[in-house]
Parts: sequence; structure tokens; C-alpha cells
Amino acid sequence: MAGTSGRFTTIIKAKISKLLDRAEDPGETLDYSYQKQLELLQNVKKGIAEVVTSKKRLQMQADKLEQQVVKLDTQARQALSAGKEDLARVALERKQLAQTELQSLDGQVKELEAEQQRLIESEQKLRTKIESFRTKKEVVKAQYSAAEARVQISEAATGVGEEMADVGLAMQRALDKTEDMKARANAVEELEAAGTFEDLTALGSGQDDIDRQLHELTSQSQVDDELARMKAELGSGSAPGELEEGTS
Amino acid sequence: MIVRISTEGQYDLPERFHAELNELDNRVVAAVEADSEDDYRESFAALLDFVRSNGTPVEDTDLRGSDLIIPPPDLTLAEAEQEFTGDGLLPD
Repeated sequence: MAGTSGRFTTIIKAKISKLLDRAEDPGETLDYSYQKQLELLQNVKKGIAEVVTSKKRLQMQADKLEQQVVKLDTQARQALSAGKEDLARVALERKQLAQTELQSLDGQVKELEAEQQRLIESEQKLRTKIESFRTKKEVVKAQYSAAEARVQISEAATGVGEEMADVGLAMQRALDKTEDMKARANAVEELEAAGTFEDLTALGSGQDDIDRQLHELTSQSQVDDELARMKAELGSGSAPGELEEGTS
Repeated sequence: MIVRISTEGQYDLPERFHAELNELDNRVVAAVEADSEDDYRESFAALLDFVRSNGTPVEDTDLRGSDLIIPPPDLTLAEAEQEFTGDGLLPD
């Protein structure tokens, strides 16, 4: 054996060993726990399904936000063409916020995709180990003395048990992440419900609470830059007078 | 020796790497104890890379248990601290 190594690597090992030690005869336990293994594989499948569902939900949100980004951009241009710079600024602020959310959603979708892939691989690996164990058990029983077979089977069972514990841990972590993302998705939905990404036709009376918050949330210099760029594109000529902070 | 990166898989790492692995492991522990996010990220990544680059992945049909188990690569500093003080990822 490797002897004593660093504490970091040994802590989890010790905990898994402790879990496995509770099983008196690993060979027998594995027979008995075949049912448990099948249950675990079933759980992994369910876990994967849950990850996929969360991913789809996030993707739908991302699609919606993408449409909003396009819409707000168009509205900013229209507002600017009509000489309504304040309105254009509000539209760009909203666009920026939507873009930030979109980026974070895209990142989460990618992360869930990776989790999904990992779980699929873990399930496959565990399945292979369980099958190898069943084969090895029969071979060892036929070839070795009872005492020696016991040792060999016990060792192999420990390996399978470790894999099972690890798949369990992987699944638990994937589901925890999914939960976090659900909470985040709910928060985005609340923002949407509050009209944060709504189009500006509904805006009417100007500075409401949402606009004030938006103003605080978004990076004004980025909005200023984009506004200036848009002006240049539209050929509206003169540089904006109120940008004295941004010019230095 | 067989080293498992938890939630990732097992690697067969030649025995001669043991001292170096131990050294890397100690650096992670020191970073966790110092509550330093940057040191933790850097040292943990170094530990994982060391195992991945010097070890060979163990076949899925191989039933050997691991000599060492490294926590999951996405372990946060807060979780690592919990690992040393509380129940951690797996309850006692």
C-alpha cells in the first residue's frame, strides 16, 4: 500500500473505507446488495433526467433573453433615430442586463451538459464494474481454495463498493448544482415578471423603480460607449454633450 | 498505487511519484488551513494535473480499490474546509 500520504487525499478514502467496513462480508454483501446496485443505477438515470430537465428550462430562458436583446437593440436604434436619447439609454441598459443574464445562463447550460456527460460515464463505469465482479466471482470460486477466494472476492467487492460510493457522490453533487441553478432561474423569471426585460412601449412615464435599479446594475460606461457607437452608426453627427465623465 | 480522483475515475500512478504527490497534497492542506482561495485553487489544480498527467487511467473492468482518493475536482474552498472540520462530503 501507499502508506500515509497527505491528509487531503486520505480523508475521503478513510470515510469511504468506514462506509465499506460496515459491510461484514463484502462478497455476501454484494450479492445481497445487487438489488441496491440496481436501485443506484436507477437513481443515476433519474438524476440524469433531472439534469436534462433543468438544462432544457435554462435553454428556454436563454432563447427568450436572446430575443429580448435583439428587440431592445432595435428599440434603442429607433429611439435614437427619433432623437429620444433618454429612451435609447434605458433600452441599452436593459439590453446590457439581459446580455449579462444570457452569458450566465449559457455558462450554466454548458456546466449542466458536462454534468450530464459525467453522470452517463459514471453509470457506464459502475455497470461495467458490477458485471466484472460477477464474472470474477465465479472464476475465483472455481479456481481458488475457499479461504483464498474469500480474500480475492472481498478485495474486488471493495473496489466495486468504492465505485458505488463515488457514483453516489457524483450524483449528489450534480443534483445540488441543479438545485442552485433552479434558484437562479427562478430569480431571472422574477426579473422578467417585474418587466425588467420588457419592451419600451410599456415604459411611458419614464424613471420608475426598475429604471433606477437598472441604472445601478448596469455599467454606465459600457452603455455610454454603445450609445456613442450607435450614434456614429446612425450618422447622427455631433458627439454627445453629457458624456464628460466618460471622455477622460 | 491506485489514485482515484473522486467523481472522475481511477489512475494508476507509479510508486516513485508518491513523495511528490504527498508534497502537493500538503500544499493543498496548507492553503485550506490558511483560508486562501487563490492558493487553494492553484495547489488543488496542480495536484489534479499531477495525477492526470503522470498516471494512466484504470480500466473500467479493473476491480482494485484505491490507495488514495482525491476529493472531486469541483470542490470549493468552503467544502474543503468543511472536509477538515465537519462531516464533509461523506458523513462519518
